[in-house]
Amino acid sequence: MSTLAPTGQIGGLLGQARVRGRRVPAVALVGGLLAGALVLLPLVFLVVQAQQAGWSSVWHLLDRHETAVLLWNSVRLALACTAICALLGIGAAWLVQRSDVPLRGLWAVLLVLPLGIPDFVVGFGWISIDPGLHGYPAAVMVMSLSLYPLVYLPVAGAMANLDAGLIDASRSLGLSPWRSFLRVTMRQVWPAVLGGCLLVTLALLAEYGAFEIVQYQTFTVQIFTEYKLAFDAAGACALSLVLVALSIAALGGELALSGRGRGFRGGPGARRAPARVRLGARRIPALLGLFALAGLGLGVPVGSLVYWMARGSSSTLPSTSILAATGHTAAYSAAAAALATLLAIPLSTLAIRHRTRFTILLERLAYLPMALPGLVVALGLVSFTIRYAFSLYQSSFELIVAYAILFLPLALVGVRAAMAQAPPALEEVGRSLGQRPVAVFRRITLPLIAPGLAAAFALVFISCATELTATLLLRPTGVDTLATQFWTYTTNFSYGAAAPYAGMMVLISAVPAFLLSRRMGQISRIGGRP
Amino acid sequence: MSALGVQGLWKGYGRQPVLHGVDLQAPAGSLTAVLGLSGCGKTTLLRCVAGFERAERGTIVLGQRTLDDGRTFLAPERRSVGYVPQEGALFPHLDVAGNVGFGLSRGERRGETVARMLAMVGIDSLAERMPHQLSGGEQQRVALARALVRRPEALLLDEPFSSLDASLRSRVREEVTGLLREQGVTTVLVTHDQEEALSLADTVAVLRDGVIVQQGTPAELYEQPADRRLAHFLGAVNVLEASFRDGVAQTVLGPLPLREPAPGSEGEVMVRPEQLLVVPTGEASAQAAGPGLSGQVQQCRYYGHDAILQIDAAGSPLPLVARVLGEHALPAGTAVLVSARGTATPVR
Repeated sequence: MSTLAPTGQIGGLLGQARVRGRRVPAVALVGGLLAGALVLLPLVFLVVQAQQAGWSSVWHLLDRHETAVLLWNSVRLALACTAICALLGIGAAWLVQRSDVPLRGLWAVLLVLPLGIPDFVVGFGWISIDPGLHGYPAAVMVMSLSLYPLVYLPVAGAMANLDAGLIDASRSLGLSPWRSFLRVTMRQVWPAVLGGCLLVTLALLAEYGAFEIVQYQTFTVQIFTEYKLAFDAAGACALSLVLVALSIAALGGELALSGRGRGFRGGPGARRAPARVRLGARRIPALLGLFALAGLGLGVPVGSLVYWMARGSSSTLPSTSILAATGHTAAYSAAAAALATLLAIPLSTLAIRHRTRFTILLERLAYLPMALPGLVVALGLVSFTIRYAFSLYQSSFELIVAYAILFLPLALVGVRAAMAQAPPALEEVGRSLGQRPVAVFRRITLPLIAPGLAAAFALVFISCATELTATLLLRPTGVDTLATQFWTYTTNFSYGAAAPYAGMMVLISAVPAFLLSRRMGQISRIGGRP
Repeated sequence: MSALGVQGLWKGYGRQPVLHGVDLQAPAGSLTAVLGLSGCGKTTLLRCVAGFERAERGTIVLGQRTLDDGRTFLAPERRSVGYVPQEGALFPHLDVAGNVGFGLSRGERRGETVARMLAMVGIDSLAERMPHQLSGGEQQRVALARALVRRPEALLLDEPFSSLDASLRSRVREEVTGLLREQGVTTVLVTHDQEEALSLADTVAVLRDGVIVQQGTPAELYEQPADRRLAHFLGAVNVLEASFRDGVAQTVLGPLPLREPAPGSEGEVMVRPEQLLVVPTGEASAQAAGPGLSGQVQQCRYYGHDAILQIDAAGSPLPLVARVLGEHALPAGTAVLVSARGTATPVR
C-alpha cells in the first residue's frame, strides 16, 4: 500500500506534525486547525480594530492611572478567588469521592448545581439580601461561590479514577494518611486541579454581569462601559488586548506548573478503587461544611429567586414567552455544546496522541476564548460576518458558533482528561487486530472517552444556557432567550417578572448538571468498581 | 505459514538511537525468543514489526510481503501480525467475547468462531465476564485468543508472562506455547528471562545495546555463546586459562577436547557448572573419578533438584562453580576433588 496518504502530505507541510514515526490522522489535523482558526477569528478582529484607532491613541488609553487600577483590581481578584475555589473544590471533591461522608449522592449533585446559576444571578441574589454588599470582598465571595464547581468537577472526576495500588503503596512506605493525600492523591489529581484553577482565573477575567451588580471595576467591566457608553470600539479592543495578555499569563502559569506527568495507567481493566477514608467524629464538621457550601452557593441565589417569584406572582406572566425563550435557549445550547465537543475531540487527539510543539500550541490557543469577554468574541464574529458572510449576520448559526468558540475550553477540559486516561496501547492493539484508524476510533477510543464527551457536552450546555452578553449581541432579531429576557426585566427593575426566567435557566441547567454528576459515578464504575 | 525477516533495522527516538542494525530471522511456524535486558530495545523492535513505529532504515518482510522498507510502510491493520502487549491490554468496555471477537467481521462474530477460540484457550466459561473480573492468567489468555482468532501470519508477544506469579507462570507458559505450536503460527516472544527463552523457544536471538549479538538454537547459545558477556548472561560459567594443542585444551582441570578450533596457542575456555564432577576427598569413589584438582567447598546453595557449589581450588584464581544433583549437595568446608567432563568452548 502506498504510504503517501494525504495525511502524510499535510503532516509533511507542517514539519513537526509527524511524531515518532506515526502520522497524524488527517481528520484530527483538519478538525484541530479548524478549531484553531475559529478561536483566532475574534482575536484577529481585536487587533485589526485596535489598529484602526492607531497605536498612539491605544498607548494613550493604556498609559493612564485608571488602567493601572483596573489591572490591580483584576489581578488581586483572580488570585484570591482562584485560591479559594481550589480549596473549596479539592476539599469538597475529597469528601464526596474519598471519604464516607453521609449523603454523598446528594452532595455530588448539589455541589455542581451552582454552575447552572449565572454569576449575575448569584450577585443579584446576594445584593437582594444585603444591598450594602459591594466592592472587592463582595466580588471575591460571589465569584468564589459561583466558580468553585469548575475545580470541584474535574478533581472529583480524577479522584473517582484514583488507583488504590498507589495509595496502598504510599501507606506501606510509611506515609500517614495526610502525607499520602498530599504526595500521592494530590499528585494524581494535580492536572485536574490546575485545569480547574485555570478555568476559574479565565472566567474571572471575562466576567461582566456579576461585577456590574456588585460595583467592582475590572477590565471587562471597563470594556463594556467603553463600548456601551462611549461607543468606542477601538478603545474597547485596546483594553481587551491587556485582558488577552493577562489570560496568556494564566495559561503560561498552568503550563509551567503542570509539569510532564501524564495521567494514564498502562494496565488492563483491572483497576481497584481505593477504600473510602473513615471520618468518624469528623463527619459532623464535614457535613456542616458541605451544608454551608451548598447553602451559600445554591441556597442564597435560589432562595432569593423564589422570594422574588413569590413577590412577583401578582404581575402578569406571559407563559408563552417563557416557553418560547426556553425552547430557544435549549436548542441553541444543545447545538453549541455538540459543536464544541466535536471540535474538542481532534484538539485532544492531537494534544495527547500526537504531542508536538505545534499541537500543544493549538491546544493552548483553544483555551484563550475563556479570557475573551463574550462581547469581544461576538464583536469579532459580527465584524467577520458583516465583511465576508453577510447572510450569516445575526443568524442562529452565528450565535451557535460564538457559543462554541466561547466555551470550547470547557469542552476541551473534559475531553482531554478522558483521552489522557484511555491507554494508547488499546488503540494499537485495535490496529493490529485489523481495524482501520477510523474503526479503532469508533470502537475503542469513543466508548472509552464517552464519559468525558458527555461531561463536556453538559458543561458547555450549562454555560450556553446562562450566557448573556454574546447572546444580547448576536441573537436573531425578535428571538429572546431566557438570559436576555431576565436581563431586560432586571434592567427595568421588574425583579418579579425577571425571576421566573432565571428560575427556568437554573432548571434546564440542572438537567445536564444532574446527568453530569451521574456520569461521574459511571466513570468510577468503568474505572473498575465491580 | 510465513517466515518473518528483519534486516538492518534502525530506530531511535529523537537523538537517542535504540536499534542500530537489527537482523532477526524467525523461521515459518517457529517460536523465536528475543532475549535482552530491559531497555535494550526489545519492545521497540516488536513495535516496528507490528507497525506502531516506522523504521528509520532497514526492511521487515513477512512471507512474500514487505511490511516496511523505508519506501513502503504497511499500516498495522494490513500486516496480519498479531500483537499481545504486556499485561494483555484488554478493552475495558467489552466483555471477554467482545474482546476476542473485536477483530472479526460482524458475521464471524455471530458465528461459532469466538466460542471455539475461547474453548481452545480454556476460558469458554468466562465469555461474559468483563476484563476487570479476570485473573492475570485469564487476561493473558483472552489477549492471546483475541490475537489468534484472526489467524495472523505472525504473532508478537511482549513479555507475556512477566506479570504472572511464579506458580501460574510456568503453567500458562506451557499451555500458551503448546497452543502456538498447534496453530503453527510464526511467533516472536520478547523476554528478559533467559530461562524462559531457552526453555520455550526454537531459536533465541539476544538483543544487546540495539543489535542482535547472536541468534541460534538454545543449545548453540548456551554452549557456544558469541562472547564472554553473553556466556555469563545465559548462565553461570567457569572461565579457565588454557593452552591449546591438537584440538585439546590443557587446563587446571586437566585436558578437555575443544568444541571448536581455538585461535593461537594460549587463551581461555569456558566450562559450564554442570560439566564439573565433585567428589569428597575421603570417599573411595575418589579413586574411580580419576585424578582431580583438590579444593574445598566454600559455599553451597541448595535448590532441591540441584545445588550450586562454590569451590576454592589451588591453581584457579577464581572459585569454581559446580552444579550437582540435589542429593549430592556438600556442606561448606568439605574437602573435594574436582574434575571436568565434556568439551570446552574457547572464549572470545
